[in-house]
Amino acid sequence: MKRSWAPYAFISPFYLLYVAFMLYPLVSSMWTSFHYQRTLDYSVFVGLFNYRILLADAQFWQALGNTLYFTLGVLFVQLPVALAMALIVNAQFLRARNFFRLCFFSPTLVAGVFVAIIFRQIYNPDSGLFNMLFGWDIAWLETPFLIMPSIIMTSVWQSAGFNMLYFLAGLQGIRGELYEAADVDGASWWQSFVNVTLPGLKPITIFVVIISIINSLQLFDVPFVLLDGEGPGGHGRTIVMYLYQKFETSELGLACATGWTLAVLIFAVTMVQLHLMRAFQEES
Amino acid sequence: MRDLGKTVAYAVLTLMALAILTPLLWTIMSSFRPAGDIFSGTLPTSWREFTLDNYRGLYKPIMRAAGTEQRLFPPIPFATFFVNSIFVSTGFTLLALFFASLGGFGFGKYEFRGKKVLFMLLLGSMMIPFHVGLIPLYSLMAQIGWINSFQALIIPGSASAFAIFLMRQYVATVPDSLIDSARIDGCSEFGIYWRVVLPLLKPALGALTILLFMGRWNDFLWPSMVLLDEAHFTLPVGLKSLISTYQEEYGVLLAGTTLAVMPVVLLFLWMQKEFVEGITLGAVKE
Repeated sequence: MKRSWAPYAFISPFYLLYVAFMLYPLVSSMWTSFHYQRTLDYSVFVGLFNYRILLADAQFWQALGNTLYFTLGVLFVQLPVALAMALIVNAQFLRARNFFRLCFFSPTLVAGVFVAIIFRQIYNPDSGLFNMLFGWDIAWLETPFLIMPSIIMTSVWQSAGFNMLYFLAGLQGIRGELYEAADVDGASWWQSFVNVTLPGLKPITIFVVIISIINSLQLFDVPFVLLDGEGPGGHGRTIVMYLYQKFETSELGLACATGWTLAVLIFAVTMVQLHLMRAFQEES
Repeated sequence: MRDLGKTVAYAVLTLMALAILTPLLWTIMSSFRPAGDIFSGTLPTSWREFTLDNYRGLYKPIMRAAGTEQRLFPPIPFATFFVNSIFVSTGFTLLALFFASLGGFGFGKYEFRGKKVLFMLLLGSMMIPFHVGLIPLYSLMAQIGWINSFQALIIPGSASAFAIFLMRQYVATVPDSLIDSARIDGCSEFGIYWRVVLPLLKPALGALTILLFMGRWNDFLWPSMVLLDEAHFTLPVGLKSLISTYQEEYGVLLAGTTLAVMPVVLLFLWMQKEFVEGITLGAVKE
């Protein structure tokens, strides 16, 4: 009976590549993270030494701090902007809805590297658009405490439109009768927003928050190109940039240990998501 | 009260639209201005100030006054970057679509031993960020001689867990009766995939096409690790490598950036509906 081998034939091209180029590197990375390795063919088992080095390295903690700073910026600045975009684009009275949706979404199509090339010019202290518009004289990318805010602003510009699409899908999933009922009860716009819209957006919000955290923890392209690396005093160094720097200096064991530390962070976030989703499903 | 709300909403909307569009329009405008004007901190006063020089700089060397001397800026091998990006992104997308749809069909419409374990393996590994395996994958490329090759960008990522997952979801919506009747008509198992299932997957394939193509087109970290020379650079790697040389001729980089974004924009405009459905699918299904 040929049907018995057919499914194996269908999934095997995928799995051959998947095992070779995804699973094998993962396992190998775990192995390397327990070894001192500088070249491809020399390594010594060192146990948890790489992880101890990592946790004792001030540069790693700075990278972690910067990355978490960015993540908070995404959660508390970018997502509210995305929600506001979705609410306005979804408003019933709005004309030219598709135009505005497309316009908000358009920066998402621009690659991180290109976004950074664009914003290098916009943040230019002497003649950049930003300083020019507001008559300021600020060195955005050279002032340590302004580096992360500049990167967050860039990210709001680039990705708010993407998350808007998720919120829009969530808004469209809220049943119309709920709004009608609120209207009949004489609820104001604000009351129906708080009592109908926000609860209705809860599942999609959990999803968007988690996806945003996971993506933010992997930030690399924009700061790397914007700052030509880690930026002054390392104030723009992210976790992935730290990993890349360890690759460049051939500290391969340390690079892999960084990767697994990132994976553990992301795993923890995913567990919280599953927990929240389950709690939400039991509730409704 | 209602009208006030509308006015406020429109005001916010306009402000947001301006904030979003200004950097894009500013970039496009600057790409048509001479380098001296871009950093002059002024707006153009007449149409005659615009020039195509920056776009010419993408294929021709340009001579510019730098202080008291003349300086020759070598041309950006933009056409090479562009062709490389097109080749790598297209090859990658086609391969990934094939593996994902074929595998998704295997998972979606057959019962077989080990199915659950294999699928759980996929879901589990999806939670691990790509960066974890970066170093060993690089070592692997070095061992099999794929450093500085297009294969390194096309083949390793083409087994996409996300894509096969999405495909399995879609395949499940294909009615079993169609598959059974094709089988009774004497269609081979691969024939069922190719002639019956694949045509029905069109909307999902459309969504995946743009996601995969854009992902590869915009990718930076992995290509910048494995590509070594300009003959192999893709657009993000190539333009990034020229930033320091072209600091004083930034208009050329902006012209390159403007052109580099175009293919993704065109693809998006063409497949907008599928794209929006595709990215929200994962969220709504969960």
